[in-house]
Amino acid sequence: MSLLSISGLRKSFGDNVVLDGFDMDVAPGECVVLIGASGSGKSTLLRCVNLLETVDDGVIELAGQDITDPRVNPDQVRARMGMVFQAYNLFPHLSVLDNIMLAPVRVHRRRARAEAATAAQEILERVGLADKARVRPDELSGGQQQRVAIARALVNSPELMLLDEVTSALDPELVGEVLDLLVSLKADGMTMVLATHEMAFAKEVADRVCFLHGGQIHEEGPPASLLTAPTRERTRAFLARFVGL
Amino acid sequence: MTAGEHTDARRAWVPSALELERRAYRRSRTVRSAAIASISTIILVGVLGFVVTSSSGWPRVKETFFDWDKAVASFPAVLNGLWLNIRVLLVCSVLITALGLTIAVIRTLRGPVFFPLRLFGAAFTDLFRGLPLLLVLLLLGFGVPALGLDGVPQEAVFWGCAALVLSYSAYVAEVFRAGIESVHPSQRAAARSLGLTHTQSLRFVIVPQAIRRVLPPLLNDFVSLQKDSGLIAVLGVVDAIRAAQIETARDFNFTPYVVAGVLFVCLTIPMARFTDWVARKQGFQGGGLL
Ligand SMILES: Nc1ncnc2c1ncn2[C@@H]1O[C@H](COP(=O)(O)OP(=O)(O)OP(=O)(O)O)[C@@H](O)[C@H]1O
Ligand SMILES: [Mg+2]
Repeated sequence: MSLLSISGLRKSFGDNVVLDGFDMDVAPGECVVLIGASGSGKSTLLRCVNLLETVDDGVIELAGQDITDPRVNPDQVRARMGMVFQAYNLFPHLSVLDNIMLAPVRVHRRRARAEAATAAQEILERVGLADKARVRPDELSGGQQQRVAIARALVNSPELMLLDEVTSALDPELVGEVLDLLVSLKADGMTMVLATHEMAFAKEVADRVCFLHGGQIHEEGPPASLLTAPTRERTRAFLARFVGL
Repeated sequence: MTAGEHTDARRAWVPSALELERRAYRRSRTVRSAAIASISTIILVGVLGFVVTSSSGWPRVKETFFDWDKAVASFPAVLNGLWLNIRVLLVCSVLITALGLTIAVIRTLRGPVFFPLRLFGAAFTDLFRGLPLLLVLLLLGFGVPALGLDGVPQEAVFWGCAALVLSYSAYVAEVFRAGIESVHPSQRAAARSLGLTHTQSLRFVIVPQAIRRVLPPLLNDFVSLQKDSGLIAVLGVVDAIRAAQIETARDFNFTPYVVAGVLFVCLTIPMARFTDWVARKQGFQGGGLL
């Protein structure tokens, strides 16, 4: 059974129909990379899945549960997913450690504070920032901030990770840092949906690449075939801009 | 490079001749500016002093407003009155912060259930920002006790404080609301995506950032409250101003008012400096936010 199953999803902002009958299934442990032109709805899709937007129509199921049902508590659904944003969105008034501990302490109350601190410290070690626990986010480089943001999403042991252009603000070396982290997450069997303009990302971590166009998946396939030999005209035109693939 | 090498490299740094020369130049500029500032201040004060003291009415003004003996004699009574202002100030500050923040949060709640609350919040701020403080003081201070309701306090101090709290909460609520709305929506999205509820997002993410941002304007409102606490004198409460008035009434020498004025200024200066300090400190950090 698929972990995430989206069918007939529609989302518009005023007259602008961004997602129009969108269908997608993600199997447990799978890593799906969304590519597409700016404005094609990659962020909108991730925000819909994270229930940060209300959908116009269609169904999103997480592990078989329809999360678009208004009777579902969105806070409980969100607590089962980790979302990482392009602009990191760390909380500037909290230290790195407190950023990571906020959700474990406040949302997953079963955890005692000391236990949460240990878990947060472990996860910081995993993203290679154990020595930065006490500093404020604005004292970190972009790549470090983004790794903290990923750690903050991971500490809740999410069933699904949603990552929205997590490297578009970073220079190539820092992209490498984050990419390594995602590769290791994937090796651990994490299910991920990732929007990116970084084709290297798609190549390295994707099981499947989906090209979004016209509010739907225009073309999809394993990275090796989709990125190098797209069959549809629109996909080819989009990928032609990324030289050296 | 390891961290150890890094610090060694730093310790070994000796400023270059160029940097030393730049520092010396900056220092000399600082001394020069300070000298110019002092000299121009002395000249200005001297000229003003001369113009005032050489005016024809000066001897009379000096006698009625700046009588040293009268000042010394009235000082204890005025200071005693000021102690009331200080207590009023402390109690009101706490209540104003609490009420102002509550109203600000109410006004940012979304959803139809909260419509009556939002309406109340908007009506409250509109009403009490519009009404002159003096009017609120008179209406509450003389109007409510006159109703003679059972169980309702009759003391003028109580109603004076109530008027201050109502008026100032309306201002402070708007300051807080501006702060809450200035926090970027992505912060809310990040908080919600972690599974925090609306209330938790406000409490742990939005409001702490908002308070930090509005601290300088907020403290400014409290500086203003310090002096407006003197307005409760109109209700007959013996605060610093009323005490000064009583002293004056004996011989129509107005020196006690000047004494009260000086005391009020002395009271607000530390607060004003503290406000400046906070604002300056935030100015250096402000750039790092989203
Ligand atoms: N809150 C909003 N209000 C109105 N329109 C919006 C809103 N959010 C997104 N849109 C519109 O939805 C469309 C899709 O935006 P989205 O952010 O999903 O694109 P994207 O594929 O993530 O683009 P990019 O690669 O530039 O991040 C755009 O036309 C955008 O203007
Ligand atoms: Mg986007």
